[in-house]
Amino acid sequence: MKIHEYQGKEILKKFGVAVPRGIPAFTVEEAVEAAKQLGGPVWVVKAQIHAGGRGKGGGVKVAKSLDDVKTLAGQILGMQLKTHQTGPEGQKVRRLYIEDGADIQKEYYISLVTDRASQKVAFIASSEGGMDIEEVAHSTPEKIVKIFIDPLAGVTDAQAKDLAKGITLPEDSVPQFVDLCKKLYTCYMETDASLVEINPLNRDSKGNIVALDAKFNFDSNALFRHPEIVALRDLDEEDADEIEASKFDLAYISLDGNIGCLVNGAGLAMATMDTIKLFGAEPANFLDVGGGATTEKVTEAFKIMLKNPKVKGILVNIFGGIMKCDTIANGVVTAARETKLSVPLVVRMKGTNEDLGKQILKDSGLPIISADSMAEAAQKIVAAVK
Amino acid sequence: MSIYINKNTKVITQGITGKTGQFHTEKCQEYANGKECFVAGVNPKKAGEKIFDIPIFGSVKEAASETGATVSVIYVPPAGAAAAIWEAVEADLDLAICITEGIPVRDMLEVRNRMKAKEAAGGKKTLLLGPNCPGLITPDEIKIGIMPGHIHRKGRIGVVSRSGTLTYEAVAQLTEIGLGQSSAVGIGGDPINGLKHIDVMKAFNDDPDTDAVIMIGEIGGPDEAEAALWCKANMKKPIVGFIAGVTAPPGKRMGHAGALISGGADTADAKLAIMEECGFKVTRNPSEMGKLLKALL
Repeated sequence: MKIHEYQGKEILKKFGVAVPRGIPAFTVEEAVEAAKQLGGPVWVVKAQIHAGGRGKGGGVKVAKSLDDVKTLAGQILGMQLKTHQTGPEGQKVRRLYIEDGADIQKEYYISLVTDRASQKVAFIASSEGGMDIEEVAHSTPEKIVKIFIDPLAGVTDAQAKDLAKGITLPEDSVPQFVDLCKKLYTCYMETDASLVEINPLNRDSKGNIVALDAKFNFDSNALFRHPEIVALRDLDEEDADEIEASKFDLAYISLDGNIGCLVNGAGLAMATMDTIKLFGAEPANFLDVGGGATTEKVTEAFKIMLKNPKVKGILVNIFGGIMKCDTIANGVVTAARETKLSVPLVVRMKGTNEDLGKQILKDSGLPIISADSMAEAAQKIVAAVK
Repeated sequence: MSIYINKNTKVITQGITGKTGQFHTEKCQEYANGKECFVAGVNPKKAGEKIFDIPIFGSVKEAASETGATVSVIYVPPAGAAAAIWEAVEADLDLAICITEGIPVRDMLEVRNRMKAKEAAGGKKTLLLGPNCPGLITPDEIKIGIMPGHIHRKGRIGVVSRSGTLTYEAVAQLTEIGLGQSSAVGIGGDPINGLKHIDVMKAFNDDPDTDAVIMIGEIGGPDEAEAALWCKANMKKPIVGFIAGVTAPPGKRMGHAGALISGGADTADAKLAIMEECGFKVTRNPSEMGKLLKALL
């Protein structure tokens, strides 16, 4: 789960990390009021969307007067902000963050992620702050330093000092940086984050270390123990169909193609999408109905897929294990009737009660195309939509 | 022979009294030698009771010492699953198989590091399979987990995969063309787990009753590449490889917590390329894994 920058900075503040003063605003009036309260003389007007790259896209501007704040807030609020992370249609800006202007001397980068290979928490830092870190990793990998933290021991002073040395931080700022590392680490662990990224991390002219941005991702498996983080969720930033699907415990992701697919199991779902592509078409979605699919769940899954106007055909691929093929077949028939399905439907069923399932589909009188393998199913649906 | 488990393995079920644990314990008991294999359950509140004639103990340690069991399977809900793994490790079992899906990553990080610290201090090493996995099976001998037993057939092909249903897909293809399996292992879809592809490939390489292997992976993480490099230098048996997620967009979590492209080296294309370089027979068509393997024998 992602949150906005201003929410992230609230969390950082709670853990003792220095951030500039700032106030969120939902209207131009609130933005001006916030600027007055902060006092100036320089403010930053920042678009709050979940995607990165906001500055480059024109969503972060410096204001030198209250009139500037008013003009900029009016321009940014409501704009379709396009960044390399939003996709070509951009993301509508509904919230602003008005912040004190910063005294920037040198920008650094620091982040925390869970490292799969070492099974430790990784600190990643760079002297090249304010830039796209993947770009830095690509063009100047020597400017990125990594340190791995054993969760049983936590961050040591020596590790934090090594990191400071790695990004050539001036000596007078090192004690503050060591302190920052410890606080960030505590914050990462205690909030069950999967990413904390500060880019840029500023060293001001007095040598103080301040977080100018805050990007958080949280482990969705751990949200059950963080109601305070769930409360920060902004549904406007998420795909409406994905939210709808999650209500029925369906894992759904919209894609760009025209063949809807409904599969049990995440791996098989991806393999089905790949097979569709292999035979010359593109999947319209990823959809895993999970292990305990009921007629109701399958019907909801059909409804969500069919909401997408690009869908020209549907492929159902089920490997019946504990879940029986006849149960799924009944679900498919009900769903096809209830949604008055008008696009071609190919069903491939394998495993427990396979024959029974196929018979149910046949007896339904619906124009369902049957297939024996994933490849055959993909070929048949691709042919049917052409 | 087989890897990790056989008909003589004695198993403890942690979470035996929950709905999932009960359902699957019954299925596992019904499979092959299951009645002899599933010897104990654990629930501190129900110690002394029985379920399907299986005695319930207050702790894993007690269950192990009373029954001689060396393996446990865990169906405990996410909030308590990491603690259940640790209980199995502290009881010095050989293998803990965690089926539970949705365990917080931080809990897994902590328990994995505690396991490594215990080993480093000279303590007994307990292998962990999973979490978020279907378990493993040695056909006609023993099934520990949630896979449908009837699609399997005894034979000499190994199967290893992060995905449950994709494991079943590969197994069914093999069975259909007359190739049985030595063992089929689901290592699970979580980012922080126990046994990885490389570990299972090593076990299949050492198993005299395995002739060839199907290795299935998916987007996200470095594990398949690591296994491929090891196989290039060491594996003496032919391998068919498939990676799911060629069509997955970067940055999106595809159902499994660990199925997320985050760098560039962990895309399906990148993994397929390295597996091919390392001598795997790779395919982009998951419907032909079985057929391709047969051609290699």
